[in-house]
Amino acid sequence: MIRSFRALLIRDLKLAARVGGSGMMGLVFFLAIVTLMPFALGPDLNLLSRIGPAILWIAALLATLIGLDRLFQADQEDGSLDLLRLAPVPMEVVVVAKVTAHWLVTGLPLAIAAPFLGLLVALSPEAIGAMVATLLVGTPALTFVGAVGAALTASLRRGGLILAILVLPFMIPTLIFGVSAANAALGGTVPFATPFLILVALSLFAAVVGTVGAAAALRSGE
Amino acid sequence: MRLDVENLACIRGERRIFSDLSFALGPGEALLVTGRNGAGKSTLLDLLAGWLTPAAGAVRVFEAGDRTLPESLHYVGHRDALKSALTARENLEFARDFLGSPALSPPDALEAVGLAHAAALPVAYLSAGQRRRIAIARLLVAHRPLWLLDEPTAALDTASQETLRKMMEQHREGGGLVIATTHSPLPLRDAKEIRIERPTPAERPA
Repeated sequence: MIRSFRALLIRDLKLAARVGGSGMMGLVFFLAIVTLMPFALGPDLNLLSRIGPAILWIAALLATLIGLDRLFQADQEDGSLDLLRLAPVPMEVVVVAKVTAHWLVTGLPLAIAAPFLGLLVALSPEAIGAMVATLLVGTPALTFVGAVGAALTASLRRGGLILAILVLPFMIPTLIFGVSAANAALGGTVPFATPFLILVALSLFAAVVGTVGAAAALRSGE
Repeated sequence: MRLDVENLACIRGERRIFSDLSFALGPGEALLVTGRNGAGKSTLLDLLAGWLTPAAGAVRVFEAGDRTLPESLHYVGHRDALKSALTARENLEFARDFLGSPALSPPDALEAVGLAHAAALPVAYLSAGQRRRIAIARLLVAHRPLWLLDEPTAALDTASQETLRKMMEQHREGGGLVIATTHSPLPLRDAKEIRIERPTPAERPA
């Protein structure tokens, strides 16, 4: 089981590095949104630092969404998905391996890039720390929720838009608690831990439901 | 292993593709599936691989240990299931690790299909026939008793067809099973043959 998991994980990481693929695209998109915001809003540093966490979270959410439609579709198109269905392991393991690889090349770079982009929207050091923490524990939820949509739309030729419509409503709780945790770190009546722990819970919940859901969608196939 | 297919029927959408299809295969036996384009040859393979559920009938496996049917078969279809950004060798290494029960090493398997020189080339640079040969080399890197081949000779030159025929015979000598759909007659030693016919209009559901 470990062997199949590792083989698939390594293959997907290699593919992401090789094609110059989806990982970089999400990161560049993230960068583009965040850098455009200060130009659009004007040089009001107070305003920027107040809405900074929200900007970063929305950008992260959209950046995650942008590469998701290829998660299973690429394998469906070249027949690799048929090969994956012959695995000596349950489909759930295949899903976890693919989602992990996808998160490592999209979600993780977003969390790592957040401190630099936090400077662009005038976040304080505490807020930057909170941003990195919330993105680290929150982006897996986005990827797992998105995996269900990606599995459902794998065989559709233009599944990207349907995918977005399908999964965006389920990403909203993550967005709400991600932003509120980052804001709580800046002060306020709610302690940081409260929304942060709910965010962690959302990620764990999405990991279970997303894995089982995506595997069921892939199994039923064409 | 042993495969027993009984009264298999398949309905896709409103259309009955075939029904009452029965055959049994024991160790070392081969089955050639023939029929017109669109008769349902590939659909039969999809059913056997477990990607489609039959409308009626059953597919049973015996003497396969604790493996399920999808875990004990290889499938080579129209889509080669190769990642074009990876090299031939990397594709085979992945298949070997992922599918389990490893057999030949990737360089040896490539040697067997006459593509040793292309091991380090990304699959994107290779021709359709060469890609098909790498997909066939996948049969050798992991041991699985049942081979499902969907028109395996498509895009292959005559020399490669002969290599494939030898591979299939060798697999059967080791007790393996082969089910292949084909248009051109494959000269396999006493292979069973089954022809899928289009149902007559009267049989079609309204």
